Amino acid sequence: MSEIKKFMYVNRRPPYGTIYAWESLEVVLIGAAFEQDVSLAFVDDGVFQLVKGQDTAGIEMKNFSPTYAALGDYEVNKIYVEKESLDERGLSLDDLQHLVWEDEDDDWAEKDSIRLVSRAELAQVFAGQDVLFNF
Amino acid sequence: MKLTIQVNEGPFQHQASDSAYQFAKAALEKGHEIFRVFFYHDGVNNGTRLTTPPQDDRNVVNRWSDLAAKHDLDLVVCVAAAQRRGIVDDGEAQRNGKDATNIAPGFRISGLGQLIEGGIQSDRLVVFGD
Repeated sequence: MSEIKKFMYVNRRPPYGTIYAWESLEVVLIGAAFEQDVSLAFVDDGVFQLVKGQDTAGIEMKNFSPTYAALGDYEVNKIYVEKESLDERGLSLDDLQHLVWEDEDDDWAEKDSIRLVSRAELAQVFAGQDVLFNF
Repeated sequence: MKLTIQVNEGPFQHQASDSAYQFAKAALEKGHEIFRVFFYHDGVNNGTRLTTPPQDDRNVVNRWSDLAAKHDLDLVVCVAAAQRRGIVDDGEAQRNGKDATNIAPGFRISGLGQLIEGGIQSDRLVVFGD
């Protein structure tokens, strides 16, 4: 399995209410071991997955949102967030977790993982992928 | 063309498994190769042999088992999703101290790596679900 493909995980649903978001993250974490060229996209209600300060005590669900901060350690550092989806929900980048990764080719400089893109730009990103996982 | 199919929804509640089955059958008839069918989320519920639909309805589970037997298909149920939802084979029953199994013929329980491998090895990954 030496061939490297572009894998895109598309997250479209809110973090709670259904298990799609959590089980999507499980695929990303397992998939990271396969050393493919991985990207994540957060669109529609999927942008709520990255909202910071989540507190799930009242619904007795596991709060898995801290796991997103670990993605950088798995070399998953291309995280596309669709601007229109944020706008439509009254959110901005400031409402989201600050996700970073360390670039070993640049003296381990800390860099932003989140790329804010328009719907049209994201369509271009999708078009350049080999494998799209929809969650 | 080499295909991997991902099924994300359970039987009967949702048509995803029906559509995936029809797609798989049509693809095989056209001479395409199915590298693997991977069942995830509630899709793992397609792999229980205890399903008993009314006799005048299609049996979604048996249909997959029959197709697998006929074409030697690799039907894989995600282990993490299966453990949550109570899909059990001999190995899982032993590991987790369960008193029964329910995995249907032709299905096997394995890890998410099998899905990733499907994406790498196949020309297309085709996902069925919402």
